[in-house]
Amino acid sequence: MSDQKRADDSLLEVRDLRKSFSVPNAGKKKLCALDGITLDLSRGETLGLVGESGCGKSTLARTLLMLERPDSGTVRFDGIDPFGLRGKELLAFRRRVQMVFQDPYASLNARMTAGELIAEPWRSHKGLYKGRRDREMRVRGLLDLVGLGAKSFDKYPQEFSGGQRQRIGIARALALEPDVIICDEPVSALDLSVQAQVLNLLNDLQSQLGISYVFISHDLSVVRHVADRVAVMYLGRIIESGPTEAVFDRPNHPYTAALMSAAPKLNGEQRPERILLKGEVPSPLNPPSGCRFRTRCWKATDVCATTAPPSAVDPEAPGHAAECHHPLLQEGTLASV
Amino acid sequence: MTAVAERLPDLDETVLEVDGLTVDIRTITGTVRAVNDVSFTARRGETLALLGESGCGKSMTATALVGLLEPVADVVAGSAQLADVDLLRANRKTRREIAGTELAIVFQDALTALNPLYTVGTQLAEPFRIHHAMSAKEAKAKAVELMARVGIPQPETRLNSYPHQFSGGMRQRLLIAMAVALNPSVLIADEPTTALDVTVQAQIMALLRDLRAEYKMAVVLITHDLALVAEEADRVAVMYAGNIVETGPVAEVFADPRHPYTKGLLNSVPVHARRGDQLKSIGGTPPDLHAIPAGCVYQARCPLARDICATTRPALDGGDRKAACHFPEEVNCV
Repeated sequence: MSDQKRADDSLLEVRDLRKSFSVPNAGKKKLCALDGITLDLSRGETLGLVGESGCGKSTLARTLLMLERPDSGTVRFDGIDPFGLRGKELLAFRRRVQMVFQDPYASLNARMTAGELIAEPWRSHKGLYKGRRDREMRVRGLLDLVGLGAKSFDKYPQEFSGGQRQRIGIARALALEPDVIICDEPVSALDLSVQAQVLNLLNDLQSQLGISYVFISHDLSVVRHVADRVAVMYLGRIIESGPTEAVFDRPNHPYTAALMSAAPKLNGEQRPERILLKGEVPSPLNPPSGCRFRTRCWKATDVCATTAPPSAVDPEAPGHAAECHHPLLQEGTLASV
Repeated sequence: MTAVAERLPDLDETVLEVDGLTVDIRTITGTVRAVNDVSFTARRGETLALLGESGCGKSMTATALVGLLEPVADVVAGSAQLADVDLLRANRKTRREIAGTELAIVFQDALTALNPLYTVGTQLAEPFRIHHAMSAKEAKAKAVELMARVGIPQPETRLNSYPHQFSGGMRQRLLIAMAVALNPSVLIADEPTTALDVTVQAQIMALLRDLRAEYKMAVVLITHDLALVAEEADRVAVMYAGNIVETGPVAEVFADPRHPYTKGLLNSVPVHARRGDQLKSIGGTPPDLHAIPAGCVYQARCPLARDICATTRPALDGGDRKAACHFPEEVNCV
């Protein structure tokens, strides 16, 4: 189903995106944050982005928001390259991709009321909701939409709980009527009971408004719940991606399998055998040759050190691919041919 | 489930007995009760989880036990018996004697818990020098041994490194090494893996499990993560607004909760839910500690609440399995 969706409604196409940073005291070495990222996002779809800290999730998010300029690679948003835009067209693009931040305590200005916070994006995007009355009406509508009620209009962030603050953050992102919202760990700062409320809200908004989400999270159970498709990142590359069910139920890359097995499960019986990885993620300043996961991989052989791994496709799920010389799903079959 | 399987036989000896611990915090707007009448026991070779959301008093309970409460917080009632010492009334000298030898704590944020100005070798050797009056050389040898035990590669050379030169997971290993250095009977682990990535979390929890068996410690695991409790703990105490609302063996409590809050938490975990399903969240937010209601602390968010809940606080009664609810048998009908 998601394949068909993609063909009809492709919204965002990213091809071979690369971004590296210079870091102090590293000589000529560059920190390679994104090393050839390719992904697609359709209208109304949620793409889950998982990976451990330092894998490049946030750099990818920042690049999609045009807060970083990539070294190479292309981004096509509705057929347009946003990095070629200037002036009004650029502003119009920025309106269409918005962000919900991780920390609802740090991302809201304590000196502005909820109403002012939600209306603030219109100070840059002057074309929307001209006139005070219109704007006030719209803010009240947005407050209502995120379940806060109109009486929140004149309250300051300190008067709200964490979950309510995150609702303000979501309303602010919605104020510009975006096509894509990038949610960077939107519920990780919230308590479990409140987390569920916010996830339900994001879900409702998507079905009402048809927005697409890029949903970044380290919490696999949350990603499984919200995402249509999942991309697993490791050291600047997407090493496995595909429909959520396929990736979670039949991980093909050893890293994905380890990640899934490492997360504690509430329900003991469902647990796959735990794969305890050795060591930690290598420095992105000095990534391993060949396959970047080989230093922690229990299946690594000589070829992994010399050659970048090919894409291995899941025979049962089109669109489910992993970058590995020894993919798990083809064990003992035609993998070596 | 693993935790239960690996549990040591014949070690059910109670080493820490907390009874009626109550902590008040003085604030500008009045005194609030952060921990109210909290009682639990920790047994040798077993992990007890204190589970709850932010502000429920779980960390405050730990801080009170190790004597690190901020000056604005006071223990106003209760006792905590550990090896003939009441932790809540111990003087400085007694505290120093039992710190590390009987009671140790591992904090969440390993970078701030380690001193940035001393090498890790110096810090790891410190317990041996203070408590066992070892020479610098002997203590250093012990430190190397400990580092190797907690899985730090090349301990001899890493001994001279400073905390910032270690990764998050390695720092947490160092902190655990310091905590178990003198073979304490009780180890309090306050959100030990919250700041870590999931593959590293799995490594650290495996290390804690091994050390618990090796040193026959009682572990008090403080966490907000239900799945972690399900996998690592033998018994659980669920806290809400400063009170323990339900306690018992983890498998029983999670399979058949008797308190609507426990049930609500379990329902909030996106586990069986599929894409697009509504999660059963708990409506509302925890009560303001300034305005804890007279009756049941959970009444404002409880689907079962009725008149008696507003007037009478339910007692935490029963044997090994307890729940502070007037209608425990109705919880699973919610």
